[in-house]
Order: sequence, then structure tokens, then C-alpha cells
Amino acid sequence: MRENKKGIFTEFKNESFGDKIFDIIVWILVAVAVCVTLYPFLYVTSISFSDGMAVAKGEVMFLPKGWDLEAYNMVLRYKQLWISYGNTFLYTIVGTIFNIVFTCLAAYPLSRKQFFLRKKMNFLLAFTMYFSGGLIPTYMVVTGLGFYNSRWAMIIPTLLSAYNVMICRSAMESIPEDLFENAALEGANDFFIMAKIAVPLVKPTLAVLTLYYAVARYNDFFNAMLYLGKSELQPLQVFLRRILIIASTEIVQASGTTAAAAAAQSTLKIRYVCIVLSTVPILCICPFVQKYLVKGTMLGAVKE
Amino acid sequence: MDKTKKVKLSREEKRKLLRKNIHRDKYLMIMFFPVLLYYLIFSYLPMTGLVMAFQNFIPGKGLIGIYSGEWVGLKWFSQFFQSVFAWKLIRNTFLLSFYSLLFGFPIPILFAICITQLRNKVIQRGAQVITYLPYFISTVVVVGMMTNFLSPSTGIINQIIVKLGGKPVNFMSDPSWFRRLYVISGSWQTFGFNSIIFVAAIMGISPDLYEAMKMDGASKRQQIWHLVLPMIKPTILLLLIMSLGNILSVGFEKVYLMYNTAVYETGDVISTYVYRQGIENKNYSYATAVGLFNSIVGFSLVCTSNWFSRKFSGSSLW
Repeated sequence: MRENKKGIFTEFKNESFGDKIFDIIVWILVAVAVCVTLYPFLYVTSISFSDGMAVAKGEVMFLPKGWDLEAYNMVLRYKQLWISYGNTFLYTIVGTIFNIVFTCLAAYPLSRKQFFLRKKMNFLLAFTMYFSGGLIPTYMVVTGLGFYNSRWAMIIPTLLSAYNVMICRSAMESIPEDLFENAALEGANDFFIMAKIAVPLVKPTLAVLTLYYAVARYNDFFNAMLYLGKSELQPLQVFLRRILIIASTEIVQASGTTAAAAAAQSTLKIRYVCIVLSTVPILCICPFVQKYLVKGTMLGAVKE
Repeated sequence: MDKTKKVKLSREEKRKLLRKNIHRDKYLMIMFFPVLLYYLIFSYLPMTGLVMAFQNFIPGKGLIGIYSGEWVGLKWFSQFFQSVFAWKLIRNTFLLSFYSLLFGFPIPILFAICITQLRNKVIQRGAQVITYLPYFISTVVVVGMMTNFLSPSTGIINQIIVKLGGKPVNFMSDPSWFRRLYVISGSWQTFGFNSIIFVAAIMGISPDLYEAMKMDGASKRQQIWHLVLPMIKPTILLLLIMSLGNILSVGFEKVYLMYNTAVYETGDVISTYVYRQGIENKNYSYATAVGLFNSIVGFSLVCTSNWFSRKFSGSSLW
């Protein structure tokens, strides 16, 4: 580590004046980008832990001032938060499993060159990426099928993303053909070949797709707003909108604290606590998937 | 195999071939069946529902009701184009994505160039992970943070403005701020993630080329200008053309979460108007017509940009 650093410094010393300026500008730009990205998170987290009075006076800018967990206590005691959390996890886990299974079921046949419906079905999928019935007809169909106020509304209408199917398909296409042929010669049927050969070989791609699907499920607000009217079915994002954007004070009211105690906690702090609690799970998984991420993004962007 | 010679098959032979194909691919067909069903129900059935745009839909008949309205021709379209909304909505939709593109497109490229110039791999990777984090945060949280940061009474931005002796600004209900806020927050959320593809493209340039340029005494600035940019030009061009095709498809969710009646002048876009007219006011046919107009324009833009892309960069979506 230290040697590495020394290497950079000696390299820097030996550079021409113009290159030094260039390097400094590059470092500054990257530093600015990192700070601009991190600062909102730091600020929100600091507020959520700080003393209510310091927050109200606007003294918290970078690090927490004082230490007060009462706001966390208040939010965590609020029942609707846990209901929403539970719903979100249910929709995310069940939904993502469905997503991945269906993506494999779609991608495998489309990747088999001999499949006689391949071209037609490819077109059928690709067309949906560029043209759709739009909001109203889709809404009519989904509600017409009886999905209004049903948990299925959060799972079924977003079962597949044609774009992700294409990514998975091109990963399966790059598997050497003789692997499939040998298995077929030994009498394995397509279900077996898919499960035992194709899927294990495209695991890295499936990892990225799992991430994409799971994040989309976790963050899904639109479908919940359209199809779920009952609060006991609603996911976290609908709850967050109420707290953060419509500025509902339901948490403070439900906590039954006295007006003075509520004022000390300030609704602002409560909101920032909600942001922290809702974004932590999603941010935790991201650093672990970086190596897959680059690959997955590359695959999707350019069609060979 | 099948390309030996295209012989016209008789009906009998065609049927035979089909039977053979079905027999060979039966498992593939079983496998694909649920997928096909999904697309037929949730993508193609709604497309047939577009007939509502030419009918006078009467609610309360369920699914069959979609097709049983009385025909009114282009009534809803002319109603839309004669209304005061049409021009405003088209302008807002177009400008919102145009500015997003103008501002949001170059930043990931610049950032990718900067990040690949860092020689410390640990810092490089760290900076990348941090900057793409916001991409995974929900729109609700991003808009929620923005609303609260910009709040006239408790927001940090206005606290700073007041401390510096200024007057608090009510950003979220000021029409002149809507587009700026939309574009800035959008860039903040996506620049790191969008730079990934450019970083990969730059990393793909052979180190020998850099060495050769160094031998010739090229400065780093010259390396960027004469080596890196020309090498990633195809990627840039492709992505640019593709985003031009999407210029009329502004995401509904973010605008819906951000706007309020005070900023309709600049914030109301076609998709939010369709939502209000259709879902809130139950003018299903009218809203479908407006949505169809948007889809058709969007679809032709994608087709045009794809044509350009194939012509000028050799790569295309289909």
C-alpha cells in the first residue's frame, strides 16, 4: 500500500508541468464528484442521530451534534413502518424469484438456434420495448383481471423485462454449442439442459439481473400507487412518499408523546430517520456486486 | 443447414415440417408458453385496448367494455390539440428530456475519463462504487431528500441562503426552478452508473497505444484528445442516438412525485396529464388518445434514431 503511494508520488514528480496540472484537475474533479455524491447521505444520517434542538437551530451541517436516538425509537415503534417493510420484502423476494425464473424460461428457448419460433418470438419481445398500450389500457387490463388491491398486482404485471431477457439470452448464446449437443445426444431434455448447463454457466449475468430486478422491486412506487389502495398492502415507497413529500405527521401523532417531546424531535428528524432506515438495505448490497455490474451493463448496451 | 436452397414447399410438406419442428421443440415450447402468455396478456392485450382512443368508452363494463364503446373517430385527438394543454405539454415533455440529455450526457463521459486517469486502483474502484450508489435509491427518496433540503423553512439550502443574508426561496413551487431541479437531481442520481460503460470502453484501449503516444512526447491532455476520445467515439455516438430516440418518454414517476399545481406551467408533462385525465378524472378514452399520440411519436423517434445509428455508427437496436 505504502509503496504503491510512493510510486504515484515519484511518478508525479517526474511529470512535465502540464501533466501535473492535468493530474491535479483530475484529482479535484473526482474528489468533487465523490463529495457531491456522499454529502446528502452524510447530512441525512447526521441529522437523524443529532440532538433535536441542534437540528432545529440548523447547527448540523456535517457531523452529528449531540446524540439522540429518540427519533429512531419513535419511528421504529410505528406499526405502519413494519407493515410497509414486510410488504416490500415480500414483494421484493417473491417478485425477484418469479422474475429470474421467467427470465430463464424466456431466454433459454430464444437462445437455441434451432428453435423454429425463435425469430417470431424475439420480435414479439423486442417490439414491447418500443411500443406499448400505454398507461390507461394497461391499467384497465390489470384491474379487469381483478388485481386491484391484491398483492399479485405487485408481482405479475412486472414479471419480465424484455431488456433483461435480451441480456440473459445473449449470455446463453455465448455458451459453446457442443455442450448442448452432447447433452441432447445423451438424451437430456431441454428442461434438464437449461437447469444443469445453461443456468449454471450464466450465473454472473443472472447475478446482475437479480440485482436489477430486486432493486426495481424494492423501489417500485408506480404500481403500488396505481393498484394498491389499502394501506396494509402498501410497500415502503408509498409510506415514504407520505412521510417525505406529503409531509404527513402520522408518526409523531401515533407515538402519543406530549407536544413538547414531539417538538423536540422535529418532524424533519423523523423524515431523515425514515430515509436512513429505508435506504440502508439497498445500499448494503451494492458494493458486493460491482464486478458483475460492469459486465452486465456492457452486455446490455451494445448488441453485437 | 437449412440454407442449401430455398425450394417452395407444398402445403403437405410444410405441414410435415411444422409437425417435425413441433415434435423436436416441444419442451422449448412448453417452457416458453408462460412467457408468451405473459406478453400476450400484459403487453399485447393492452395494445388492442388502444381502440378506446377512437371510441367513447363507458366505464363499468369490465374488460369487454374496452371494445364496446361507440366509435367517435378522431374526436379525442382533435379535442386534445385544440385544448390549451397540448402545446404546453409537448413543450414541457420535450424540454425536460432535452435538458436532461444536454446536461446529463457529457458528465458521465467526463467522469469516466477522470476516473481512468487515476493510477491508484483502490481509489479508482472506491470512487466508482460511491458514485453509482445513488442510482439504486428510489425516486421517492431522491425527491424526498430534495424536497426537504430545499424546504423554505427547515431546508439546509435555504438555511445557508439566509445565513448569507439572502431571502429564502420556495424552490419546489417555483416554475422556473422545476426543470433545473429535475435535471440536476437526475444527473446526481445517474452520472456514476452511466459512466460505467465509458470506463469499460476506455479500459479496453490497449496500453501500448498510450505508451506509443508517450514515446512521441504527447502530454496527457493530448492523449485524451487524440487517443481516448476517438476510441470511445462509437460508444458515445451510439448512446447519444439512442437517448435522442427516447426524448419524448419522460419518466412519469419522478415528475409525478416532484410537481404540484404551482409548477404545472413547466412541470406538467404528457404522461402526468394522461394519469390525471385517465386515472383521476376517469376520462379513459381521452387519456388513451393522448397516450397513444405520445407512443406513436416516441416510436417514430426511436425508429428514426435507429436508422441514423445504423447509417453512421454501424450499430443498431435491431
